[in-house]
Amino acid sequence: MLDIRNISKTFNPGTINEKTALDNVSLNLEDGDFVTVIGGNGAGKSTLLNAVAGTWFVDEGQIMIDGINVTKLPEHKRAAYLGRVFQDPMTGTAATMEIQENLALAERRGKKRLLRPGITKQERGEYKELLSMLGLGLESRMTAKVGLLSGGQRQALTLLMATLQKPKLLLLDEHTAALDPKTAAKVLEITELIVNRDHLTTLMITHNMKDAISHGNRLIMMNEGKIILDIRGEEKKHLTVKDLLDKFEQVSGEQFSNDSALLG
Amino acid sequence: MNISTLINALPGACAQGLVWGIMAIGVYITYRILDIADLTVDGTMATGGAVCIMMLMSGHNIWVAMLAATGAGMLAGLVTGLLHTFMGIPAILAGILTQLSLYSVNLKIMGKSNQAVNVSNYNLLVSLRYIKGVPFWQNTILIVIIITVILIAILYWFFGTEYGASLRATGCNPGMSRAQGINTNFNKVIGLMISNGLVAFSSALLAQYQGFADVNMGRGAIVIGLAAVIIGEAIFGKIFRNFALSLLAVSFGAIIYYIVLQVVIWMGIDTDLLKLLSASVVAVFLAVPYWKGKYFTKPVRKSGSGGTGSVNGSSSAQKGGSRNA
Repeated sequence: MLDIRNISKTFNPGTINEKTALDNVSLNLEDGDFVTVIGGNGAGKSTLLNAVAGTWFVDEGQIMIDGINVTKLPEHKRAAYLGRVFQDPMTGTAATMEIQENLALAERRGKKRLLRPGITKQERGEYKELLSMLGLGLESRMTAKVGLLSGGQRQALTLLMATLQKPKLLLLDEHTAALDPKTAAKVLEITELIVNRDHLTTLMITHNMKDAISHGNRLIMMNEGKIILDIRGEEKKHLTVKDLLDKFEQVSGEQFSNDSALLG
Repeated sequence: MNISTLINALPGACAQGLVWGIMAIGVYITYRILDIADLTVDGTMATGGAVCIMMLMSGHNIWVAMLAATGAGMLAGLVTGLLHTFMGIPAILAGILTQLSLYSVNLKIMGKSNQAVNVSNYNLLVSLRYIKGVPFWQNTILIVIIITVILIAILYWFFGTEYGASLRATGCNPGMSRAQGINTNFNKVIGLMISNGLVAFSSALLAQYQGFADVNMGRGAIVIGLAAVIIGEAIFGKIFRNFALSLLAVSFGAIIYYIVLQVVIWMGIDTDLLKLLSASVVAVFLAVPYWKGKYFTKPVRKSGSGGTGSVNGSSSAQKGGSRNA
């Protein structure tokens, strides 16, 4: 479903701030794979997701989504294949627009936006049903401005928006990191629900090792712009946080230096 | 200080306010919906009039002249849009560049700095002579009200369509818009074109109203536009939540601006100081939301709904770009 071949990205090349964020990374996801991505700060996790999303173009290498070469496709065109949820709950929704308007915008992802009505009566009914599935009471507030929602509600809504048009690939960039533990658990639960229901190929960044282990069928760890660990199948099922830390030290030769990953 | 002088001047102030209200609706589209302060309008506010007057003088129909003026304004918006999106120039600077170049363009359109038409020789849509003593269907105030209502109806419909919604999203959250497959650069260009088209249309009306087009007639237009937007929101913001009504509020804002201006002139202020006064008023009104946020915010309360964490982001919820269906 996703085929990343030898991509590299250097920010601020030729300056004192030069940073190689992705260093010859290759990754291949099968249809229906749910891959969790962990790594310390600056390891290249978000850069990897942004490269796939097309926030900027990679310096080298090729990105294929379901056999389509998207390497040179601008962000808004690539969006047709992707569902995205971001770390900051503010990022994924339009705050001054209504809940139902946000959903209607997402419903039209990858389609031509013409002078037809922005939202139809039939869609309102569908959204009501979908929102009630979240169990957050949003179905009765469909005309409320999204800016009035809490962070957790916004992330849940963004998830719904990302998957309203079934994406070929779902990109979750630490989408629970800004939430309190209880809300984070709820949003993760909704994530599982939607991913399983629609059989979505998913790439989920998390800084929480326990979450990375308990979700998905494959786990990759990144460090200094490279994928240093790739664990899947049976091996992943029996993984513990301690295993991960040991493996990290073994591969990188240094201590894992991210408190929240250990404590979370 | 004779009160009847003031009362006599009020219908004229209303008419002028209505004409500038259309311009202010154009400013609303960029400033509130697209979140761009577009300074092109200072130039466009002269271009529309210049094109309209020159077309009239060369014997064209009034409607053709108005259409051409609107087209010229849209072209100016296109230039600013391309400077901003294609050439990567910050929006405010892109607007200033277009505005400056329009000064030359306007001079070339008119051939000199001022061109006048005699209202008795041309079939004008509006004029300051059509305020009193004309059949009611020829009354300038009525005609501009009808035009404003039609424009608001069209805009209300447009911003409710799929494409219009994507324009609103572009201004509200560009990152989210791109993630939802919206070409934000294209949308910004289209938004600037619509806005400047409206401004030029208003300029064409203003030139007819005053009977001439002048290369300086747009100077400070952005400030008047912002003043109308802000006054409209301050007075009607609480009751006019619907999108069509908030456009109407902008038009009311412009009328109030011109009535206040008329009162200030009547009170005998040195008219040289008017622009200084306008700028000061707008500056203070622009500062109010900032001061409110900085000095008068109450601590955020936790909301129990849905059991999901703390409230955030409500501060931006009242910003424009909203549209109740």
